[in-house]
Amino acid sequence: VSGRSVSIDVPVLARVEGEGALRVVVEDGVVDDVELRIYEPPRLFEALLRGRHHREPVDITARICGICPIAYQMSACAAIEALAGTEIPASIAALRRLLYCGEWIESHVLHMAFLHAPDFLGLDSGIEIAQLHPDLMREVLQLKKTGNRILEVVGGRPIHPVNVRLGGFYRSPRVEELAELSADLDRARSAAIALLEWVAGFEFPSTTGASAAEAEYVSLRGDGAYPICGDRIVSNRGLDVDVATFGEQLHQRQVPHSTALHASLGDGSDARRYQTGPLARWMNNADLVPDEVREVTDDLGLSPTETNPFRSILVRGAETLMAVVEAQRLVAEYVPPASPWVEVAPPAGVGHGCTEAPRGILYHRYRLDDGGLIADAVIVPPTSQNQHAIERDLRDFVGSHLHLADDELRRSCEQVIRNHDPCISCATHFLQFEIERSGSG
Amino acid sequence: MRPFEPARVVEWPDSIREGRRPTLAVWKFASCDGCQLSLLDCEDELLAVAAGIEIASFPEASSAVVDGPYDISLVEGSITTEQDARRIQEIRRSSSVLVTIGACATAGGIQALRNGRDIEELAAIVYALPGYIDTLATSTPIADHVHVDLELRGCPIDRGQLLRTLAALANRRTPRLPTTSVCVECKSLGTSCVMVAHGTPCLGPVTQAGCGALCPSFHRGCFGCFGPMESPNVDALRDRLIEHGMDGPEIDRLLRTFTPDAFAPRPVPPEGSS
Repeated sequence: VSGRSVSIDVPVLARVEGEGALRVVVEDGVVDDVELRIYEPPRLFEALLRGRHHREPVDITARICGICPIAYQMSACAAIEALAGTEIPASIAALRRLLYCGEWIESHVLHMAFLHAPDFLGLDSGIEIAQLHPDLMREVLQLKKTGNRILEVVGGRPIHPVNVRLGGFYRSPRVEELAELSADLDRARSAAIALLEWVAGFEFPSTTGASAAEAEYVSLRGDGAYPICGDRIVSNRGLDVDVATFGEQLHQRQVPHSTALHASLGDGSDARRYQTGPLARWMNNADLVPDEVREVTDDLGLSPTETNPFRSILVRGAETLMAVVEAQRLVAEYVPPASPWVEVAPPAGVGHGCTEAPRGILYHRYRLDDGGLIADAVIVPPTSQNQHAIERDLRDFVGSHLHLADDELRRSCEQVIRNHDPCISCATHFLQFEIERSGSG
Repeated sequence: MRPFEPARVVEWPDSIREGRRPTLAVWKFASCDGCQLSLLDCEDELLAVAAGIEIASFPEASSAVVDGPYDISLVEGSITTEQDARRIQEIRRSSSVLVTIGACATAGGIQALRNGRDIEELAAIVYALPGYIDTLATSTPIADHVHVDLELRGCPIDRGQLLRTLAALANRRTPRLPTTSVCVECKSLGTSCVMVAHGTPCLGPVTQAGCGALCPSFHRGCFGCFGPMESPNVDALRDRLIEHGMDGPEIDRLLRTFTPDAFAPRPVPPEGSS
């Protein structure tokens, strides 16, 4: 292969939410450059939010992403309620958690079965999987549908739910509406276990692993339960701060090749790169995984600390099961709140909010003026925070797999990207794959 | 937003005439992915749809892409870059029936809030180096660029309406889409009027039906995400909203959210002037 020079183009990276481009340059057997280029047309939400009323981000920011609108709604609520000093009653917090469980189930199952699993099987789509494994996929679709049913019953519709407002909900679901979910959830629980057992049988590529093992993994820390909403942010490298402090440390950097900003903790030469998502939640909250989930994952060989990015699909499976178990409990214990919402009256000032979107922490910050209008908004989606980790994994993988033929290497690179379940609509997309090899590669 | 004039007669692709499975392509422009996700959210019907329609190009769901031309194209998103303005022309040429899906494709979407404002100033708020950002000063609906055969409204579209439309197209019928207001849906469902009963401001009287009057069923006023019905009387509603305690800027914000230019409200004062 001496003197080999190769260039591969894939006009659209499939099976991700959005569009982006990948460029890998290999020279003399050394990975010279890796760029995940995101050039989704910018939609300028942070600018368009200026001058809007503080009640509006709940609905407006949901439109950043059709896959995880609840994450946007909940982070927006968290930020403005934090500024107002609102105490959210436990009954409303429980209903929010149930709604968010619906989104975790819907988003994780979509990613696992339709976007990510085809990579492990050498197939093109989830529809092809359904042709090979019709019984399994029927149950998997029912599981996904149960997530969407929760979103419908509590939120009004699966995409851009209408029932969320600052302080709670416009209307509390009736007890009998939620009770109707019970049978679906029982069946979904079996499906979640079957899906997890199925993906546990996949073959997981080994990476060189060094960079992923040494990374800083950042997530919310749960207060007595696995975190979805919360106010404490931790890492496996000793970070332990409240959301406001985290927000002050968070820096976003623009790189020429992307319309999505890259996030780091701190700036300049002290900037610490980190990653967020299921692997981070799983290791930072290992003690909060319910026993009934841990029993299943122990049997399947999941470690409390997983750092192989290809194994993220297992952790998504565990979190899906956890969300189903949690939804069962919340439905069984449901008592409608005394009032579906509480008053939220924020003063002028700055509010920070952060919640666990399916693909990682989603941070919002709003500065309000005296009239309650938004003077400034900052939104840092999980994919912005993970862009560095995606490029790092690509560099690791390509560097240790140069023996693969171009086509296989390209497919594997796409899989490396999908390991992080990137939401390019969130991060702002069009993926072209180019690999240039020169020298004796 | 130019008034949309649906084709009276959809020109059926040859495959449908000949009783073959029509081919479907799904395209994305500036958007959140939510409307095309509606297709993957049809859990009970997805495999039946895949059996009745050949999904030839749907990058979000499959890496297998069949080259065009396509019998049916679903187009999500609005036009915000010069490259996309060229791309939609190519898509129109390779599509027999072009269906726009959602508020972005049919009305420019929430990102049309940029229209009439200084795009460089807006980009500089988000990006330290706005020079790298390639975007047009406007976000425009697909029908401003090419002929559109059918449009499905909503932010997001209604899943049932999408399925009925695909079923109609696969069976050579022109789908019936509502042109009346959300009020008609509330009445037919027996949902109490939130404005009359609770004094809650509501855009239902001027908004096109299709969502099943979802927000009023959650005791919330409609926020107009399906865009204007045929011949809406926005000025009359504006007076009613003032009676319900809303001021001018509040009403402008309500009308200018998910289809910002579509309700053609009075000019919006510059931000901060309220």
